[in-house]
Amino acid sequence: MATANVTTKTMEPGDIKAELISKYPPKVARKRSKQILINEALENQTPEITANVRTIPGIITMRGCTYAGCKGVIMGPTRDIVNLVHGPIGCSFYAWLTRRNQTGAGPDGENYMNYCFSTDMQDADIIFGGEKKLTQAIQEIYDLMHPKAIAIFATCPVGLIGDDIHTVARNMKEKLGDCNVFAFSCEGYKGVSQSAGHHIANNQIFRHVVGENDEPKEGTYKINLLGEYNIGGDGFEIDRIFKKCGITNVATFSGNSTYDQFASAHQADLNAVMCHRSINYVADMLETKFGIPWIKVNFIGAAATAKSLRKIAAYFEDTTLIDRVEKVIAEEMPQVEKAIEDVLPRTKDKTAMLFVGGSRAHHYQELFSELGMKTISAGYEFAHRDDYEGRQVIPYLKVDADSRNIEEIEVEADETRYRPRKNGEEIEALEGAGVQFKHYDGLVADMEKDTLVIDDLNQYEAEKLVELMKPDLFCAGIKEKYSIQKLGVPMKQLHSYDSGGPYAGFKGAVNFYQEIDRLVNSRVWSYMKAPWQENPQLSAAYAWG
Amino acid sequence: MLLRHTPTAVAERKSVTINPAKTCQPVGAMYAALGIHGCLPHSHGSQGCCAYHRSVLTRHYKEPISAATSSFTEGASVFGGQANLVQAFNNIFSVYDPEVVAVHTTCLSETIGDDLPQIRKKAFEEGKIPEGKYVICASTPSYVGSHVTGFSNMVKAMVEFSESTGKKNGKVNIIPGWVEPCDMEEIKRITSLLGLSCIVFPDTSGVLNAPLTGEYKMFPDGGTTMEELKATGDAVGTLALGEWCSGDAARRLDKEHKVPCTVLDMPFGLQATDRFVDALRKIGGVHVPEELVVERGQLVDLISDMHQYFYGKKIALAGDPDQVIAMTEFLVSIDMKPVHIVTGTPGKKFEKRIREITADMDCEVNVRAKGDLFLLHQWIKNEPVDLLICNTYGKYIARDEDIPLVRWGFPILDRQGHQYFSTIGYRGGLRLLEKMLNALLDRKDRDDPETKFELVL
Repeated sequence: MATANVTTKTMEPGDIKAELISKYPPKVARKRSKQILINEALENQTPEITANVRTIPGIITMRGCTYAGCKGVIMGPTRDIVNLVHGPIGCSFYAWLTRRNQTGAGPDGENYMNYCFSTDMQDADIIFGGEKKLTQAIQEIYDLMHPKAIAIFATCPVGLIGDDIHTVARNMKEKLGDCNVFAFSCEGYKGVSQSAGHHIANNQIFRHVVGENDEPKEGTYKINLLGEYNIGGDGFEIDRIFKKCGITNVATFSGNSTYDQFASAHQADLNAVMCHRSINYVADMLETKFGIPWIKVNFIGAAATAKSLRKIAAYFEDTTLIDRVEKVIAEEMPQVEKAIEDVLPRTKDKTAMLFVGGSRAHHYQELFSELGMKTISAGYEFAHRDDYEGRQVIPYLKVDADSRNIEEIEVEADETRYRPRKNGEEIEALEGAGVQFKHYDGLVADMEKDTLVIDDLNQYEAEKLVELMKPDLFCAGIKEKYSIQKLGVPMKQLHSYDSGGPYAGFKGAVNFYQEIDRLVNSRVWSYMKAPWQENPQLSAAYAWG
Repeated sequence: MLLRHTPTAVAERKSVTINPAKTCQPVGAMYAALGIHGCLPHSHGSQGCCAYHRSVLTRHYKEPISAATSSFTEGASVFGGQANLVQAFNNIFSVYDPEVVAVHTTCLSETIGDDLPQIRKKAFEEGKIPEGKYVICASTPSYVGSHVTGFSNMVKAMVEFSESTGKKNGKVNIIPGWVEPCDMEEIKRITSLLGLSCIVFPDTSGVLNAPLTGEYKMFPDGGTTMEELKATGDAVGTLALGEWCSGDAARRLDKEHKVPCTVLDMPFGLQATDRFVDALRKIGGVHVPEELVVERGQLVDLISDMHQYFYGKKIALAGDPDQVIAMTEFLVSIDMKPVHIVTGTPGKKFEKRIREITADMDCEVNVRAKGDLFLLHQWIKNEPVDLLICNTYGKYIARDEDIPLVRWGFPILDRQGHQYFSTIGYRGGLRLLEKMLNALLDRKDRDDPETKFELVL
């Protein structure tokens, strides 16, 4: 039983690191060494980690591709845009309903998320080009369903054979008249991970959709929630809390989102950024173009949720909202406290490892600390240095061949719609009062001394870490789940939450406490050995009766 | 409604596939490679392909799926993936030390024209592949065929390692096709009941239904060994189960090593199992043991006992060609009416076989190869059915149209049992009947008015 053999820590972090890379060929060992960081206090400086670099061929990575980041993560949860994948069938098939983005059809009755659309390219399309087929596919979808928008996604061969998907999109948009058609050059080979795909998706949404609807959105405290993907209903819980507080969420990027939400996003007065990695640049662009400031929030963890709500309320500088938020927190917290009280004796002092995402490995540490659990090792799958070390490193990030290929949009203030929501003085005053803008300290700062921070952890290292550090719980994704559990250690998926959720907000926190209690205290981990394996010696023949 | 935008009227589509009944070649190659003992599948392409294939196989089997990737970058896509693959070999054998690496291509490496055997040769020459290790190479372009084609291509590639010593070894090769680990076990049980010595390849039993013991074996105990694979060249003959999955490999063995082959339908249902057992009997020159005769009789018994619930029921069926052909025959044999039949895999032969099997039915049959679940759903809207047999994606249709669903095929992402309880052979036939009866009778018990609600069915 994993929880039973909590051996006292015998190995120094340096030894563990050495052990992790000992089997690698020298070049691989050198590279991995820079992506494994022992969290040491360095005179007010965060130690440096290498991140957002190429995956090593042959090393079994957790990462996916640019297409997965673009179609799967960012565009997947938008319900009223038809996502048409231009390529052989597989890419569209694998991204079909596999991310647990919850949605409903809403009052307008549009929901294409349960569908999978593909041009299903054949060898003739590869040889002679697929533009004609793509054009016809768009027409067929339009004739069948009349969606308000069709998004086209390029897969690997599309870039290689040179299909001009953007021209096809432009022409079809013009031809159809009442259907916005736009395309994403998100071929899987671009970039080094999903992260490039997030960027490509967000750029195109910003370029083709944001600001398209000037019809006023009602609401006193209007915000956008950026980087929330409604896995397991997280977004629903956050929206419930916003509603209770009187906060209007104009647009979520992009959990349970709609075309109109993106189109109206420029009307919000504040951008609240959840997943820093996947979307911080959109927050910057929204500020430059429309004058909307942004703050980092985190709705994972009850205390973090309360803190984020207070931050939003402080921004609006309105006592009505500040009081209402306090009232909501006061109403919500008792159930949370009751749940912790129940669970804590069984979860306290247990240990966890988190290797997931570009923010989740950080955010979920909040929940584990509320459970009295220590995160002994963590890292991201596709994050950049700023997600580890904080945004102050951004000016110093190296632009390499891979990142240069990912477009950065140059944005200027909108001629008619740029309206700074706060002037310089107001921003300064708020900063003085503790509301920090464009600020994120990253994961490393929040982790204890001597913990191990590992970027792009792979299967071999995961197994070694579990063997050497014996955590009570390991968190990653579906590909990692069963190899860890075969070792007798429970594994929680933090990409898709296994079958659980929501884990955001107050109700989500309660769900999470109960789920972690179930996992680390399950009886199943005590059944690894049969009685005859526990006591193999036969001392005497069995005597009947 | 989950699929609220699906209209009843069927309009011919030429360019868009909606809700596919297939996926791409490489995932089939990966699954086949897992049926070789000590084998690490390797995907030569972008890392996303490998991530997706591992994910869907993991979700289907709830087992670890280890596989590596060449992690193509933009540069590799322009200049070729040789450097990536050679480096991958070096890393794989240093870190994971498998017996075998089974490399398959992707649409990316196929489009740029990477030549796997040439890269393998170079890696051997440079010492990146150690002495005594094996590398299987399969070409699996995603824009041709389907996941079934990819499975077939990887199995065909395995035959490269068959050796003929000139002396027959008395064994029978069985190529089971893309079936579940427990199905492969069942095939081995049936052949051993008949007293035949067989080589089953690939064989995922013991690999993808492994126990939880507190120990993680990256390369589990199961799988066809390379020694067994070599010995296939000396076998007395090959039984290939399923034309789409296994035919090509069997014919390659025949061509290269003069091992005669017979291609049979996959032994799902009564008649296909009869033909399988009869073929084994003739090849081995043995009598069918009483035990198997009893199993057959039990299947016939259940068909007769519950015939009133099968008779005349209309079925919609989607899946892979070899499975669907055998299942259609089984359904017809118990007087059910498979009226809408779709496979995503291309092949006019499929439609022809289905037409032959259903020729005697007194109703119209819709059949389509290279079809999709969107079309199947539209057919169902036009002519409702009593039961849907499909993979997990069928549940969206089943719920919208309020039809009972039997999950069968790949992938099954929301129920368990497929890796443990076989649907092959006579015993598997019992299980199929049980699944169909449960679905139909649970529905009847739910829907019957109180006056008609009955204890005994």
